[in-house]
Amino acid sequence: MSAAPDPALDGAYGPVRRKEDARFLRGQGTFVDDIQRPGMLHGAILRSPLAHARIVSVDTAAAEAHPRVRAVITGELLERRKLAWMPTLSRDVQAVLATDKVRFQGQEVAFVVAEDRYSARDALELIQVEYEPLPVVVDATRALDEGAPLIRDDVAGQRDNHIFDWAAGDRAATDAAFAAADVVVTQDMLYPRSHPAPLETCGAVAEMDPVSGKLTVWATTQAPHAHRTLYALIAGLPEHKIRIVSPDIGGGFGNKVPVYPGYLCAVVGTMITGQPVKWVEDRSENLMSTTFARDYHMHGEIAATRDGRILALRARVLADHGAFNGSAQPSKYPAGFFHIFTGSYDLQAAHCEVTGVYTNKAPGGVAYSCSFRIAEGVYLVERMVDLLAAELGLDPAELRMRNLLRPEQFPYTCPTGWEYDSGDYPRALQVAMDLAGYPELRREQEERRARGEYMGIGLSFFTEGVGAGPRKDMDILGLGMADGADLRIYPTGAAVLSISCQTQGQGHETTFAQIIAHELGLSPDDVEVVHGDTDRTPFGLGTYGSRSTPVSGAAAVVVARKVRERARVVAAAMLEAAPEDLEWARGRWQVRGDPEQGRTMAEIAMAAHSSLELPDGVEGHLDAETVYNPPNLTYPYGAYICVVDVDPGTGAVALRRFIAVDDCGVRINPMIVEGQVHGGLADGVGMALMQVITYDQDGNCLGGSFMDYLLPTSLECPSWELGETVTPCPHHPIGAKGVGESATVGSPVAVVNAVVDALRPLGLRHADMPLTPASVWSALQGRPVRADLAL
Amino acid sequence: MQITMTVNGVSHTRDVEARLLLIHFLRDELRLTGSHWGCDTSNCGACVVWLDETPVKSCTVLAAMADGRRVRTVEDLARGGRLDPVQQGFAECHGLQCGFCTPGMMMTARWLLDHHPDPSVAEIREALSGQLCRCTGYENIVRSVRWASEHEAAQPAGGDGGTGRQAGER
Ligand code: FES
Ligand code: FES
Repeated sequence: MSAAPDPALDGAYGPVRRKEDARFLRGQGTFVDDIQRPGMLHGAILRSPLAHARIVSVDTAAAEAHPRVRAVITGELLERRKLAWMPTLSRDVQAVLATDKVRFQGQEVAFVVAEDRYSARDALELIQVEYEPLPVVVDATRALDEGAPLIRDDVAGQRDNHIFDWAAGDRAATDAAFAAADVVVTQDMLYPRSHPAPLETCGAVAEMDPVSGKLTVWATTQAPHAHRTLYALIAGLPEHKIRIVSPDIGGGFGNKVPVYPGYLCAVVGTMITGQPVKWVEDRSENLMSTTFARDYHMHGEIAATRDGRILALRARVLADHGAFNGSAQPSKYPAGFFHIFTGSYDLQAAHCEVTGVYTNKAPGGVAYSCSFRIAEGVYLVERMVDLLAAELGLDPAELRMRNLLRPEQFPYTCPTGWEYDSGDYPRALQVAMDLAGYPELRREQEERRARGEYMGIGLSFFTEGVGAGPRKDMDILGLGMADGADLRIYPTGAAVLSISCQTQGQGHETTFAQIIAHELGLSPDDVEVVHGDTDRTPFGLGTYGSRSTPVSGAAAVVVARKVRERARVVAAAMLEAAPEDLEWARGRWQVRGDPEQGRTMAEIAMAAHSSLELPDGVEGHLDAETVYNPPNLTYPYGAYICVVDVDPGTGAVALRRFIAVDDCGVRINPMIVEGQVHGGLADGVGMALMQVITYDQDGNCLGGSFMDYLLPTSLECPSWELGETVTPCPHHPIGAKGVGESATVGSPVAVVNAVVDALRPLGLRHADMPLTPASVWSALQGRPVRADLAL
Repeated sequence: MQITMTVNGVSHTRDVEARLLLIHFLRDELRLTGSHWGCDTSNCGACVVWLDETPVKSCTVLAAMADGRRVRTVEDLARGGRLDPVQQGFAECHGLQCGFCTPGMMMTARWLLDHHPDPSVAEIREALSGQLCRCTGYENIVRSVRWASEHEAAQPAGGDGGTGRQAGER
């Protein structure tokens, strides 16, 4: 790749190497478990072995007698402090430590604080809990049955396992479009329960300063500011006495958005002992108790004319939220943004209904590398379009081309009300088909089929809605989804940007430095990015739903432009010109028409701090702050093509190629963008082929370790083939759209479409993820299995 | 029990519990926190270090088993203030995102290049297949190792510099 760009001439965008790598490459990162505080104690959680049971008694005497144990915390103790329950992000409550019942396997029952890690674990074995087992419901489709066990008897008035009904779109118009259609295709499908499984599990170090009363929590959180507010509300602590630090984070993918019981236990632990308390969960705890994703049972219907014009789409969804509704999304949308399920097509009408239910499974669900349930919506529409193509005898690429939104239709309001900002969809699909060599692939498939070989080609086209979001439309528990930025310029022109979002590997320290450098004519090396510490950064809602670049990135641009305008006044005083007579060119302020007369940001910054006489009302210094409230979501999109070879005898799927063309608007650092896409593709392939959290009939979690919950390795992943188109976002100040999750959203269905395409000669019409050899083989036998249940 | 091991060239003697895992010895006792811990089942490889000359998953080795032996961790990759070519490759090719898997990946990669200076892409993928990365989709990790291989071949660090370089081979 080329040398670093000259900021004065080219601006600072480009494949700049990452600043954060210097510490990670040397093993000098600071992850939560790396933090060591003087006198620090270690916590461990006792978890329920049963999925549903009444707690008869908890006997902690032997644990408390352990010589290295300093405290044992139970639900009863928390109840006395009114901390036994905490609010979830979906206005439900969740038990911090169980008091009455346990409602899923792995639920938190007691917390031990000891002098070292091993003793804390030893003491867990000394706690005696007597349970009275209760009947269990693990299958969402049985959760509303007459006589199903009532899981949430703690909620006043709750008589069954129903959580919500929610609908979007125009039912009457959709019915009319279906009635007029030549062709209607329907399909039931499951987007099974998955888990984000970042390589670093969740954990926290909590420290209460007994003198000042200040609580510091270093935690694996994607949303430090929102967590601070939640801790204040839950624990009744004054918010200015709480500092949340999100240090280096080993991947998030949505898993680190919620507040978990373990964090609160660490907080209570430090309050009780007066010493810092570290709690870090193990992998089984992470997989069994922290929030899962998906678990959507979907019924799709698509209506079209005989000649392949798609008219309307309908969906009915049963959403499994586990034992507590801990779903993380803007509060007014209980099914997240699922209703963007009309996808990338020009439809007349659409309607969807979602019903949420409780089951005896871990609570959730989070947006696993997707913007709030868009992954489920994209999966549904892209499966339905492929099924329609098969029904009509049309090539799936041809059917998509005929129905994709056209560039002149933007801004486009979809039938469920989302306003897509910009796009040239047919071009993205064409670029992907060219990269893939689509006609040749189809010819090769013909030849192989004639030889009895099963090669499949799968397409997907997705539209995401990211960068949540406009305050007028959305909030989380009353917190508007705006983000702050604060920019200081030191006298020598060095800049320090503080942002409210937080990196878990996305490279913010580099990308955001490039944004500021680009706006101010600096080198990215001159810009320090501060993030992840609530005492050092302005308020904002954090990093998830691909919102960093769309929201915080925009805030960074706006604050840099404020600084630039302040610099203009100072430069005018320096040049003895009127501010209106200056222009910003080549990274400096210069007199219009006289490029010799110019001042760089460093020169201006020094002058702004000097004795230079400034006009009345000008404060001096260049620092500025802002809050960015996005006017709309941004709508990145892409076209993906997957090529597989399937062995129908064993059901084994070999991924041969994966072509991904993404349009995320303007790319600030293309190297980082491509890295994000690579990671998302691996995630999507994992979901399509192997990742599933399965439960048996007693509610035992069978996906509780990396031996059972399979993740893709370097051997399952092909060499990704990427392409791009660039359609700037019209309402973002630099036209960027966000990309972190596009590939996870768009890729699983391309794999499924490819596998079904390969096996169509054998009569296969659909198979649910994950497409393990066993499930492909069973689907081929006409006896599809539910991979999420081992009954 | 008392154990003595040489970690990154420095000898350490400690009294430890017999059950103490090597990863916890390194991280908690010696405060070498570059090696990470990511699973309970020896699947992820975030904890890979060298025991004598061989990469091991240090979550699956007792500290006592390293008694009298040499351990090398990521903190020892850079020498004399110079990054190892593997580290340079990861920086150049964006082989890391969150950085959690990176130390383990680099320790395996260093071993691979010491024994196979010019590995093919397939050989690199095979060598890293016991380790998980949740961020990069592996492609840039593979490119990072190739980068290191090619740059070591161009600037031999003492050996014959390697032969039969196949730049850009997939
Ligand atoms: S910690 Fe996962 S293999 Fe050692
Ligand atoms: S870089 Fe995050 S796990 Fe590999």
